[in-house]
Amino acid sequence: MNINMTLIGQSITFLVFVWFCMKFVWPVIRKAMDERTQRITDGLAAAERAQKDLGLAQDRVAQQLREAKTEAAAIVEQANRRAAQIVDEAKTKAREEGDRIKTAAQAEVEHEMNRAREQLRAQVGALAVAGASRILGKVVDASAHRELVDQLAAEL
Amino acid sequence: MSAEAQTSQGYIKHHLTNMTYGKLPAGSYCDGEAVLAQDGWTLAHCDEQIDAMGFEAVHLDSMGWAISLGLLFSFLFSRMARKAAANPGAPTGWQNLVEMIVEFIDSTVNDIFHHRNKMVAPMALTIFTWIFLMNLMDLFPVDWLPHAAATISGNEHLYLKVVPTTDPNVTLGMSFTIFGLMIFFSMREKGVLGFVKELTLHPFHSSNTLVMLVLIPINLFLEAVALIAKPISLGLRLFGNMYAGEVIFILIAIMFGSGLVMGVFAGVLQWAWAVFHILVISLQAFVFTVLTVVYMAMAHDVQEEH
Repeated sequence: MNINMTLIGQSITFLVFVWFCMKFVWPVIRKAMDERTQRITDGLAAAERAQKDLGLAQDRVAQQLREAKTEAAAIVEQANRRAAQIVDEAKTKAREEGDRIKTAAQAEVEHEMNRAREQLRAQVGALAVAGASRILGKVVDASAHRELVDQLAAEL
Repeated sequence: MSAEAQTSQGYIKHHLTNMTYGKLPAGSYCDGEAVLAQDGWTLAHCDEQIDAMGFEAVHLDSMGWAISLGLLFSFLFSRMARKAAANPGAPTGWQNLVEMIVEFIDSTVNDIFHHRNKMVAPMALTIFTWIFLMNLMDLFPVDWLPHAAATISGNEHLYLKVVPTTDPNVTLGMSFTIFGLMIFFSMREKGVLGFVKELTLHPFHSSNTLVMLVLIPINLFLEAVALIAKPISLGLRLFGNMYAGEVIFILIAIMFGSGLVMGVFAGVLQWAWAVFHILVISLQAFVFTVLTVVYMAMAHDVQEEH
């Protein structure tokens, strides 16, 4: 319990250690810890940002998927409509073609019939004259009865 | 230690005496015979010599342990600080402990001290860790280190006090240094005049100049007592707690020499007191630290004018 120079010695020692701590321990370790805290904070913020970005990206993907589906449906519908239209057009065209062919055939038939009738008409005079000659037993002059023969042919 | 050869009183006294190295005046006595023919620096061998040395002496054990433990603290913490700075990853091993203490001290200082001062936090860290380490020496069984030292040195009567904080020189040395810093920072923050005003114009104040003149000495007396009480109570509180703890450890140690039953009982007591002492040593280190920071904060606080 004697107060002696230890008192002064301890004071000096104390100041030296405080100085050392102030110079080489505290600032170094504080700085390192602060930097680490900053890094961790940044890391967490980055993770959160990434999470949010991921969410946004997923939303966008879903949105695009939805749009694509809608578009695809529209395209299919359009294609179906177009197909139906094409079928209709084809049907119409076929019908028109059929009609046209039928008309042409009818015209042909008519034409053939007329031609046959003309031929028949050309020959009917000779046949009638020949028939009459056979019946009368004499030659009938066709030119003398031309008017009658033509009338007959016209009646045919 | 050969307990039978010693009286209990001698044993206690031996344990509570520092290894004192000092300037011994010629012709001083020890056990009735004169030593040293002329003045000289030497180790004291008995109380009379220590008394004769007076102020011109150093407690080699207190200083030695204090410096060793301070170096341990400085080495460990600066190493871990470098490790923390060099290694940006997660802390490992001792680094965790060191960072935990630093974090703890930092939050404590930030709670109490709201001024800008680069010295206060490192000082708090040094005080806390250093005092804790010095107090921790109390948990070594009281005879181990003194006995080892006596055996190694071959001097059976070598004094060795292991716990530096049971030496009032150590605790008061620190608290007086803190007192000096308090006054220094007080004057730096408020100016010499501001510091003097703080001592003279509080707590009693009067707008009447004549009354004020009468009040100034009263104020000065009250404030001076309050001011000086701070470092003394700071140092003596730590000393008293540790000294009392040490004395109890020594008393328990005496019981070991008085039979088997008492020995076992002493073992239990020793264990219980050591467990309790773990609380005391940390608490005292913390109290010293907090009070230091509080005093520093008071030195920086500028009181509003009345």
